[in-house]
Amino acid sequence: MSRPAASAPPMRAAFVQPPRPSPFNRNASSGSARSRYLVDGVMRGLIVSAAAAGVFLLLVILLYVVVRGLPALNLDFFTQRPLPYGEVGGGVAPALLGTLEMLTVASLLGVPIGIGTAIYLSEYGRGPFASIVRFVVDLIAGLPSIVVGVFVWALMVRHVVGNYNGLAGSVALAIIMIPIVTRTVEEMLRLVPDTYREAALGLGLPRWKTIMAVVLPTARAGLITGVVLSMARAGGETAPLLLTALGNQFFSADLLAPMAALPVQIYNYAVAPYDDWHTKAWGSALVLILVISLLSLATRLSTRNTLGER
Amino acid sequence: MSNNNNDGASAVTSAGTVHSEAGHGSLVVEDLQAWYGRFRAVANLSLTITPRAVTAIIGPSGCGKSTFLRCINRMHEVARGARAAGKVLLDGDDVYAPDADPVQVRRHIGMVFQKPNPFPMMSVYDNVVAGLKLAGVKNRAMLDEVAERSLRRAALWDEVNDKLNNSGAALSGGQQQRLCIARALAMEPQVLLMDEPCSALDPVATSKIEDLIRELRQNYTIVIVTHNMQQAARVSDHTAFLLLDEDRAGRLVEYGPTSQLFTNPQDRRTEDYITGRFG
Repeated sequence: MSRPAASAPPMRAAFVQPPRPSPFNRNASSGSARSRYLVDGVMRGLIVSAAAAGVFLLLVILLYVVVRGLPALNLDFFTQRPLPYGEVGGGVAPALLGTLEMLTVASLLGVPIGIGTAIYLSEYGRGPFASIVRFVVDLIAGLPSIVVGVFVWALMVRHVVGNYNGLAGSVALAIIMIPIVTRTVEEMLRLVPDTYREAALGLGLPRWKTIMAVVLPTARAGLITGVVLSMARAGGETAPLLLTALGNQFFSADLLAPMAALPVQIYNYAVAPYDDWHTKAWGSALVLILVISLLSLATRLSTRNTLGER
Repeated sequence: MSNNNNDGASAVTSAGTVHSEAGHGSLVVEDLQAWYGRFRAVANLSLTITPRAVTAIIGPSGCGKSTFLRCINRMHEVARGARAAGKVLLDGDDVYAPDADPVQVRRHIGMVFQKPNPFPMMSVYDNVVAGLKLAGVKNRAMLDEVAERSLRRAALWDEVNDKLNNSGAALSGGQQQRLCIARALAMEPQVLLMDEPCSALDPVATSKIEDLIRELRQNYTIVIVTHNMQQAARVSDHTAFLLLDEDRAGRLVEYGPTSQLFTNPQDRRTEDYITGRFG
């Protein structure tokens, strides 16, 4: 059965064994195998088309917003305040600033609470209290954002402050961010292998230092994902802001006064009966997408792992 | 606590005697018991571990070897529902005393784990000095010195001195394990516990770690859990054999000088185990 070496003279044809079909030949396989190939092909096709459909939809939305919004963009759009209908020009600068300011305040309120809750659930949470916390977090995550808006309106607009204000908007956004941060970060902390916790505890580090110096840095990428995800979600919220921050046609950084926000600005422009304002609505939508993309990019870059660059 | 260099005083106890020697990392375990929830994993274990020698803990899987080891530096209680009772005296001080702080205990009794576990987000250098740095030591010169000394003791310095700033996770498995040993040594412990430190390593890396263990014996009290009887015979001075009793709790069957336990076991079960009749 041994094959001749490459240099040896060819064997006489009479002694050459007839070619034996390989047991691995797919064309020679039985009918059940052939149907297996068929099912495999169909399933793979379905999965690939599902992925393609998802990406296609997102691309169409993005492209459409760019096409419709681009004509509205110019320097004034980023630097001027909105003008009444009939006046040419104007921009969405107060809304841009308001969104950034409210998102910042909401992150300062919501991210520490969210990460703290996640650390509690993942590192300490045992027993009935942890179950209650987890249940409540899930409940808030499922709460329609308008309900959050109504609650904050009743609490802060009607009572604590007395008028529509940016702080109330920030609080509403923070409430929306907390469950997103908590659930994402908790999952990420659970992915950190216990061997790292043991290594740190075995070195004589206290529990809190183990968490701060080893567990959190190891889950860094996941933490950032959670924060960015929640900021993107909060940045697009409209309903709770309509009831809390209200919106503002003028520049105002005062957290205790009505504050403009991009989603509210989009809403106001979109429901108006003027073509020019519709274009501006598309433009604002494009700006909102840009703001959120830049925010997540900046968050990722500023918290990049610097190992090896020391 | 850095009188670890007086080799003369640390002469290995001659085979045949198992006794304690105060002040140099002597361990006396008295009536130690450990539970996971309601399940008792270690029952009434008492033994005296010779300072500056290697003591191997052997026995079949699930016989409580690792649990016993983790009780020595109070790592056992880290697991959910786990608790321990009894006494473990380090140079006469009970680590289970009511006012004993487990964090302090672990600074005196270092540990190396089954799987190499260098901190993935830290460089080689930061891994070695992690314990000191996170305990608040800021003096750069001192940290540098500790890093080099620990890496040299762990026989790793020559291989990594040009990549101290690389990630610890980028080293080979054997190097990672020696990095973990260096990390434990940096805390200047009197005792080093090793929980099957070679089980994830290839034979070459294993023999390097074994050489290192023989080297470290001069300065540290070492307790090593191993699955591998040949390894116990190669590196240890004393060997303890643990077995599950009828309640499925780990119990000490025999404890003595390694040479005696392997050549002339006193207990029938020890003989059966080391000759491969079960386990």
